[in-house]
This record gives sequence, structure tokens and C-alpha cells, in this order.
Amino acid sequence: MLAIERVASLATIQDLGRPGLLSSGVGRSGAADRGALRLGNRLVGNPEDAAGIEVVLGGMGLRALRPLTCAVTGAPVPTLLGDRMVGPASVVRVSAGQTLRLGVGSTGLRCYVAVRGGIAVPPVLGSRSFDSLARLGPRPLQAGDVVPVGPPPDDWPLIEQAPQSGPAEKLRLPVIFGPRDDWFANPLALCADWWRVSADADRVGVRLELVTGAPLRRLIARELPTEPMPLGAIQVPPSGQPVVFLADHPVTGGYPVIAVLRADAVDCLAQARPGQLLRFQA
Amino acid sequence: MSGMTLPGAAEAQRLCQCADLLRPAGDRAVLLTPSDPAHVPRLLAALRENPIAGVVDWAGAAETVLVVWESAVFTEKIRRELEILAARIQLSAAEEPSAERSMTPECLGEPVVIPVHYDGPDLVFVADHLGLEPDEVIAAHTRRIWECAFVGFAPGFGYLTSEKAESVALVVPRRRQPRTAIPAGSVALAGGYSAVYPAATPGGWQLIGRTQRRVWDVTADPPALIRAGTRVRFRQVGVG
Repeated sequence: MLAIERVASLATIQDLGRPGLLSSGVGRSGAADRGALRLGNRLVGNPEDAAGIEVVLGGMGLRALRPLTCAVTGAPVPTLLGDRMVGPASVVRVSAGQTLRLGVGSTGLRCYVAVRGGIAVPPVLGSRSFDSLARLGPRPLQAGDVVPVGPPPDDWPLIEQAPQSGPAEKLRLPVIFGPRDDWFANPLALCADWWRVSADADRVGVRLELVTGAPLRRLIARELPTEPMPLGAIQVPPSGQPVVFLADHPVTGGYPVIAVLRADAVDCLAQARPGQLLRFQA
Repeated sequence: MSGMTLPGAAEAQRLCQCADLLRPAGDRAVLLTPSDPAHVPRLLAALRENPIAGVVDWAGAAETVLVVWESAVFTEKIRRELEILAARIQLSAAEEPSAERSMTPECLGEPVVIPVHYDGPDLVFVADHLGLEPDEVIAAHTRRIWECAFVGFAPGFGYLTSEKAESVALVVPRRRQPRTAIPAGSVALAGGYSAVYPAATPGGWQLIGRTQRRVWDVTADPPALIRAGTRVRFRQVGVG
């Protein structure tokens, strides 16, 4: 059992989501930075798809009600166990009654608390992830919540700490053009321009502002018939401000998708703070 | 498909490139863009009947189908198999254009029946807009068989279309001002579509009635009653 003592911003339970339900209009959801959750789970010896806690920016207090083994991955945040500093992406043994405190780091956006045994709330449609768009799954965590932790798995943690390189000051995100790059007069401008993450960024997607370079111009003016949207899609509405889709993106959309992030680049963008500069590369 | 030569991988790839049948959607998905939207139900049926290793999901919309997978290990093989699948549909449609348009299992059985109390707040507006009496709107809504073209907007929200040959076209605009909370079970019209709101959400469609029948249930498998290809019939209840 894990007691939530403090939540500064948004903390949600996330696993790797609920694939296979697109025909019912339900997106996969899951951790916005899947790589970070998977690493945390590996560190504590969990299956990679065990449920953990996704914390935006940090600022969280968690008290173990029985001895627990945890790891904090993703955005590097100052982490205290009692009064001792704990290194990022390392295995931490939390005694019964001890509190793990996550501060706010200077880089990155989302950190992940993996707990050996996994967060064991009841799954909804096969997953313990909170889908903020569909409003499915366990609600966001609040101070006072007590969450169950599952029994320890058979596997033991293999390593104690996983060195991680920090995010670059300017992100370079690889993309693949299409499916509707031919709806634009100057699609290559996507990769020539500098973009900035706006304040309009959440689990659904990230709106970008043009910093320098040519605005994207439409070649085909008519409306696009609604079509299914993939994770990482860069959708361009008439305003010209692209929206890049993250974990809780809508299943269908009516604006043309000029390009789609490669899978690893999605994890990278999930760590980008408002104000972050980025370029796309094909 | 007797008499049709099945295309090999190379021929399928050539055909797909010429007809622009497959478009990339990142490195873990592909958008199938058939030349004729009527091929979408055939593609969905073919995906169901011929599982491709590595594919985790697919979604159909009005004119396209997205196929997704999770590991890049499968990418090349999945693309090749989808090229063959798409090429076969394209070729078989050319050879048998009169074949059943909808071949999904949902279409082969009886339509799903949705009982409706036609007391929606916008029924009178819809009637006025169409130059009809409210009873005529109800008759037009219940007389025809609707088919779900695709699911989108919200979980379980199926966009229902009806035969264009119907004498009364139930085509109405969205409300100028959307409502902030539409009750679950509301039966609605907008554009040429009808739909049942699966859960309370904001929305701008015209509300003509309500149903007690649950079209969305997280404990059911599948959770959505209405999915692409599902046929629906509305039945008036609570009269008199």
C-alpha cells in the first residue's frame, strides 16, 4: 500500500495502455513517455507494462505503508528518502512509514514512479491508465489517497541504477512525412522551421508556435473527411499552429496530418516543457 | 474471388504505389486510402479474417483505415502483407463491382434496435427546418435502417448514415451554440448523420429523443454497442 501525501500538479496512474479498442472509439492512452515507465519497471524487476504513477513536473510525497521498492525515472527531479538524496533512475528501498519526496527539476516534464509489484487498482477495459480525453480509468491522484500495490513479481531487479543523458536544449525530433503531406504547398518547411512548445500542452497533445521560418501553407483547400489518427501525428488546423498528438489523442480527426513523429520521438516530446524549442527532421 | 489471379508481393507493391493505396503514418502505422470508400468495409473484414502478425489494432473511418503495430521489428513484413491485402481488395472490387458493399458480420444479422422516446428539445426545430411535422421526422427516423460508418469523437460514439435514396433526407445543421452537457442516451442528428450519445459530454448535435438502451458499457466486450458496420433501427416507444 502506498499513501499519497502530497500532489503539486497532475499525478495519474499509467501503464502501457489499452490497445485494441480503436473500433470502439477508445484510444490506447498509457504513459506519455513510455520508455521512462518501461525503464522504471525494469529497474524494480516488474514486467514493463506494470502500472506506475506519472507525475507532471514533480512535487509529490508518497509514504510506504509497508516496505516497498521504487524507482523514479523520466524527468530528473530531486528525490529525497527521509533526509537522504536519491539519484535519478535508481532502485530505492522505502521502509514502512518512510516518505519518498519528489521535488521539481529544471528539465523535463514528466517523471514516473515505478513500484515493485505495480500499482494494483482495478483495471478498466484491460488497463490501469487514466485516459484524460475519454475520462476512462482511475481518476487523478489526490492527497489522502491510498493505492494498493501488487505482490512482488518472480523477477529480481538486475541493476541498481541506469545512467541517463539529459534532454538537449533544442530538441530534434525525427518524423516521417505523410499521410497528408501532399495537402500542403510547402511541406518541407516543417523541417526548416523552428518551433516552440506553447503553454497549450497536455496528455492529449502539444500545440506548437512558429518561431522562425515559413508558415505551412495548404495546397488543398477543401475539408478532409474525418480519418483515424496515429500517435505522434502532427495535425495542422487552419490556424497553421500544428498540434502533435500524445498518449490521449482523439481516435479520429478532420485536419490533415503533415507528418508523424517516429515512436522514440514521442517519448522525447512528452518531456518537453512549454517554451522548449524544437525542430523536426525527416 | 474465383478466376482472379492473386497478386504476388512485387505486383501488389506496384499496384499499391500506382493507386496510392497505402500512405505512411509514422513508423508504426499505415493509412489505407482506397480509391473507392466502399472498399473500407471490405478492408475491415479482410483485416479481421486474415490476422497479420504484429498488428495490434486498426480503425476505419468514412474513407480510410489506419493499421497500427507496436514493434518496428514487424514494420516491413506488415507493410508487405497490407500491400497484398489492399491490392486484392482493389482487384476483386474491379472484377465484382456488384458484390455486397458491406460484408461485416454485424451487417449479416438483424439490426440493433434502439427504443426511443421522441421528446428531444430540438425535435420541433428539426421539423421546422425540414418543413415537416414532428411525427413525420419520427417516421423518417424510424423507417430506415442506419449503418455505422465509423466511431469517433468519443468512446462508443458511432456516426450513423442511411441510404441516400431515402425520400426524406434528415440533414440538419449543428446547433449554433453547443450544449455543455448532453445526457447519455440522447438520440441526435447533425449533417446527414444520426447518433446516440454514449455518455454525458458537451455537443452540438440536434437532440430529437432519448433511449434507455446502453450503447456504452465498460464492462462489456466490446464496450461499444455500435461500431463500424453495425446496422441500427430506431423504434418509437412511450406513445399514447
